[in-house]
Formats: sequence, structure tokens, C-alpha cells
Amino acid sequence: MTLLEVRDLTVSFNTADGVVQAVRGVSFGVDAGRTLGIVGESGSGKTVLTQTLLGLTPGADISGSARFDERDLLQLTEEEMRHIRGERISVIFQDPLTSLHPLYKVGWQISELIRAHDKSVSKKDAAERAVELLSRVGIPRAERRVNDYPHQFSGGMRQRAMIAMALALSPQMIIADEPTTALDATVQAQILDLLLRLQRESGTALIMITHDLGVVADIADEVLVMYAGRAAEKAPKREVFYTPHHPYTKGLLESIPSSSAAGDRLRPIAGQPPSLINLPSGCKFHPRCGYVMDRCLSEEPDLRQVGESGFHNSACWLPAGAAGLSEEAEELREEAVHEERGEAAAEVAEAVAADVPGVAVVGIEGEGAAE
Amino acid sequence: MAIAGFLIRRILTGIVVVWLVSTGAFFLFFARPVATVARQLAGHAATPQVIAEVIRNLGLDQPIMVQYWHFLDNLVHGNLGYSYFTQEPVNTMLKQDLPPTISVVVGGVIIWLVVGIGVGIISATRPRSWFDRVSNILVLVGLSMPVFVIGELLILVVFLPLNRHGITWINTGYAGISQGIGVWMGHMILPWITLAAVYAAVYTRLTRGQLLDTLGEDYIRTARAKGLSERRVTFRHGVRAALTPVVSQLGVDVGQLLGGVVVVESVFGLGGLGQTSVQAIYTDNLPVIIGFVIVAAAFVVIANIIVDLTYALLDPRVRIT
Ligand SMILES: Nc1ncnc2c1ncn2[C@@H]1O[C@H](COP(=O)(O)OP(=O)(O)O)[C@@H](O)[C@H]1O
Ligand code: SF4
Ligand SMILES: [Mg+2]
Repeated sequence: MTLLEVRDLTVSFNTADGVVQAVRGVSFGVDAGRTLGIVGESGSGKTVLTQTLLGLTPGADISGSARFDERDLLQLTEEEMRHIRGERISVIFQDPLTSLHPLYKVGWQISELIRAHDKSVSKKDAAERAVELLSRVGIPRAERRVNDYPHQFSGGMRQRAMIAMALALSPQMIIADEPTTALDATVQAQILDLLLRLQRESGTALIMITHDLGVVADIADEVLVMYAGRAAEKAPKREVFYTPHHPYTKGLLESIPSSSAAGDRLRPIAGQPPSLINLPSGCKFHPRCGYVMDRCLSEEPDLRQVGESGFHNSACWLPAGAAGLSEEAEELREEAVHEERGEAAAEVAEAVAADVPGVAVVGIEGEGAAE
Repeated sequence: MAIAGFLIRRILTGIVVVWLVSTGAFFLFFARPVATVARQLAGHAATPQVIAEVIRNLGLDQPIMVQYWHFLDNLVHGNLGYSYFTQEPVNTMLKQDLPPTISVVVGGVIIWLVVGIGVGIISATRPRSWFDRVSNILVLVGLSMPVFVIGELLILVVFLPLNRHGITWINTGYAGISQGIGVWMGHMILPWITLAAVYAAVYTRLTRGQLLDTLGEDYIRTARAKGLSERRVTFRHGVRAALTPVVSQLGVDVGQLLGGVVVVESVFGLGGLGQTSVQAIYTDNLPVIIGFVIVAAAFVVIANIIVDLTYALLDPRVRIT
């Protein structure tokens, strides 16, 4: 059953420098108990997209809809939204060092959440719940640690405390916004394991935001790849990993050191993400795309069905059949580029090839050419 | 107990500070020939004999270290000496002058904190609203006005017109609380406003800036994501964290407060510590000067102990040592 159905969500900010188009027309759904991975470089709009659902982007211009349990989150009053936050949908933020209030005891901060949603719970009962929750997320001697302040906790323990808080009221959905990015590698794995175990125990739906495809590989059911505020690719996890269609997704896969697609060297994606105030024309990825064709410069592709499963969507002008890392798929792509790349696109392709040595740019010979 | 050790250490250091300050004042005074002092005391047309007599009476003819020893001996026995002019014990003078000064300081500090923090909070939670704009302008006005100008202005546009129309509740001079709380407040209200005006401006700006920064912190976003009411987010989470730097600023300001108090007391003729000490300085009335210096130093020491304690109470990351 679909728990959250986001349609055509668009979010922009009016700033002194101009209008920041942080999210443009993104749609996705999350079923109860399932996990959606949202992947994209830093600045691609992942945080804005999810915070907007909870009304946590003050000052933003918002359009679209987000049905959650029969209601549109974007139409709720502040008071109605208050009952969603923390109770029905909770959030785990990126930086556990700054996400807890430095002047209040960890246990108090958890009790506060419990009592904010149910006044009938006594302070004593809420404090006991906090101890239970802390020991459930693996904090040793929880009955003593509840009285610690955040600065007495390590980074990993603070994130455990944030997870405890997120679970406190058994929400239907948890949004984890890069929950392990700020942590050491070994702690990252522990925190992910914990999050997964608790999600399975409680049957909560999870939106896992990350810029690390490795994390998505471990836990997601569906994957949404974001680029410059848009959905570039949306598919079940298997399709994203084995038959990626969008060149950006391919680039992300190839930049994972351990993935089979990367071979033995790391290939960065050429260039920088675009300014969200002055977006490029056409496909927003074209200034970095090794397959750039003429129409990419002027027409922005929408998500459409590609591949064979019927659940695989990509926003790219390359042929729908050209999904995957196989030789055939690559041939299909090269063929399309051959036919559809005119002078204008050839110039852009040259620039892409010049930008980062070693990146594959179809049709360009020399050092940066595709093998 | 950490607190007991802290208090003992700080009080001992405080005593050393008070001793150093009073010793400094003592020797500075004798940097000039004693005859200048005696001549002043003896009046304009004094003969050399009269002057010598005065010097002898005040003990100013003894070796300076002997005088200093005398001074210290009296000091540890709680005797601050006698005014050169009136022979009144300095202790008595202090007892008389303390109430107006304490009234000015306590009332002024409370008003400036309440107004400064209050206006700062409203401004920060409604940035760029008309309230915020007006208060920003008033802050600039407050910051650019010297204390005595504010005082004289209040006398001119509030006290004098009201008095002319027979409204005498608001008054100048000092009236003790024993004459009734209402009377006392009527006498204090203008001095309080005068002292508070400048500082209220400083604290409005400080609170507004701190709270704006705080409201942008990640833990505020967490508080909202928990489903707390906006009111609770602002006060329990935002203001609570923004107040810590305000308290440490208070420690700095209280140390420099007596300068402003002197002006306020003089403008309104309150006759407190500040006003008396200024007179004592003009007339080289050493025992009185030193008495007041000691009280001022003790005031600063005590205020700072209180501020440090409050700071440790407000922020669990601060350890009192
Ligand atoms: N309140 C805001 N005002 C203006 N721009 C914003 C605001 N919040 C986010 N942005 C911009 O929106 C873009 C997307 O940000 P974000 O969603 O945080 O990216 P991600 O989470 O994918 O790293 C960024 O360019 C960021 O600067
Ligand atoms: S091929 Fe064209 S449409 Fe596809 S990603 Fe590259 S530039 Fe965009
Ligand atoms: Mg982010």
C-alpha cells in the first residue's frame, strides 16, 4: 500500500542572488514498510525535497502534492503538521554533533518528544521510555547515560540517540538524511545495521538519503537518483545497479571504487553540478555528459519508461533500450550519439572531455576517449 | 564540592584584588607632595603654619610606610578612616551612599535586561518586520547617546513639564524605600531609564543577533522535526541557548557599570557612591576615595563570581574551576 505519494513537487527559494530552483517537478512513492534510497551529489536537492514534506523549509515557494495517509502534507495547517512530525514521520539528520541541543540532557530531549505528542504521559514514565529506547539502540548503561549531555556522547552514540528519538513514537515513516556521512567508516556500518534492524522490527517505511550508492545497494528497495533538483532515474534497486540508463547514474556507479563497473580505477564525473539559480538549457546534465546529443542542449527530457521491467524510469534522450553496462547497451548508445550529435553538441562533448582527463566521452579520440 | 572550592578560591582572589586596588590608590595619592593636599584643606589664605598644622593633624608628616601600615591595620579591622573635611567615619558615609547606588544599579540592570532581551527576542523572531525595523533604529539612537544627554533630556521633557503641572510623583533626588515603595520608585524611575537606555540597546542587539544565529542551528531544526510548538522551539530551545553569551556579556558590563552610575547619580542628584567619590577626588579626600575604591572593587569581584556561577548553571559544558 502506498504510504506516501509525492506528485510533481517543485520548491524554490527567493534569494538576493536570484531564484534558487532547488527541486523541480519530482514525483515518487513509498510503500508502507519499504525503503526508498535517494541518491545524488551534494546540492542536488535531496534535503530540500524531504524537509519540504514536513514543512521544514520556511520561506520556500512550494507546489505539487504529497499525499500521506489520505491527506496532502503540503496543505496541512501548522498545528496539523505538528502531529505528523516526530509522531507519524520522523527525521534523522546528517550531523549528530549539531543536531542535539547542547544544553539539555539526552534523555530529557527524548522525553520531551514523547510528552509533546501525549500530554498524559508523566515525566517519570517518559524518562523510563527514554531509558528503554536508549538501550534498544545499543547504548550501554542507558539508565545512567540518559542523564548525560550530548557532549558526553561520542558521534556514533549521538546518532544512536537520534535514532532512538526517531523511533520513540513508532512512526510510519523515518526520513534518514545522510545519517552516517559525518561518522567514521566503522561506526557508519554499525549505525546502518542498527537502523536496518530496527526498521525491520518495527515495519516502518524508510527514506534513506545518501550520496553513497554503496549504502543504497545494502538497504534500498527502490532508488531515486536526483540531479540538479530533478529525478534523473527512478527504479527498483536491481535495475539501477545492473541496468542503469541515465549517464549520470552510470557515472555514480563507476565512481564507486569497489563496484565491478569501475574496473580498477576511480572515474570521477566530469565537472561541477550546475548553479541552481542559472540552470543550463535542455538536459541539466549535458555540460557533464559524455553522450551529449543535439536535442540535449535545448529540450529537457522527462522521466519515461526504459528497460524491460516496466518499473524503470529515466530522464534521458538515449534510446529506451540502451540500459545497462553491457557491450550491446554501449553500442546502442554510441549509435544514437553517432546519429544525433551535430556540431553544437560536438563542441560541448569536446569541453566535457577536456574537463576531467580519463572520463569516457563517446566520439572523442585521444587521452580522454572511451576505451 | 566543586562549587565550594570555586567560591573559596574566588573570594580569596577577590580579597587580593581589593587589597591591590586600595594599595594602588593609596600610593598614587602620595605621588604628589602632601603640601598640595594640606593647602586645599586649609583654605585659600592659609599661612604656612596653618598648613603645617593640618599636615601634622592628618598624620601626613609620618614616613609613608608607617602611614601605609596604619592604613592596612585599620583596614583589616574594618575601619576605613575619617573624612579629612568632616571627620565623619568613611564607614558611615558608605552606609548612607550605598542605598541610592544599589537602587540605581539593581533597577537599571533589571530594566535593561528585561527590555533588551525582550525586544531582542521579538525582533529576532520577526526579522524585517516593522517592529524589528523600529527597534533597530532605536538601538542605534540608544547607542549613540551619552548617558548624561539621556539624563538631561529626561529631566527636560519629562520631569520639568510634569512638575509644572503639579505631578510630583516622578522626582529627582533620592528617597529611601522606608518612605514607601511608590515614593522610592518615583525617584528612581528616571535614573533607571537613563542607566538602562544605553545598555538596553546593546542587549537588544546582542540578543537579536545571538537568537538569529541560534534559530539557524541544526538542533532547532531537530526541535521542529520533533513536532514541538513554535513557541516552545523559540523559547525552550532557541532563547535558552542564546542567553549564555548574553550572561557573559553581562559580566563584562557590570565591571564597567560604575562609570555610568556616577553620571546618573550626578545628573539626578541622588548623592550615591558615585557622586560622593567624584567630590572626594576633586578635594583629595584620601580616606573617602580609598573607601569607595574598595567598595567598587568588591562590587566587581562579587558581580563576576555571580556571573560565572550563572554561566556554569546555564551551560553544562562549562566547568567551574
Ligand atoms: N533556505 C534556503 N534558501 C536558499 N537556498 C537554499 C535553501 N535551502 C537549500 N537551498 C539550496 O537548495 C539546493 C539544494 O540543497 P539541498 O537540498 O540541501 O541539497 P542536498 O541535500 O542534495 O545536498 C542547494 O543549492 C542549497 O543551497
Ligand atoms: S544523453 Fe543527453 S539527455 Fe541523456 S543525460 Fe546526456 S545530455 Fe542528458
Ligand atoms: Mg543534504
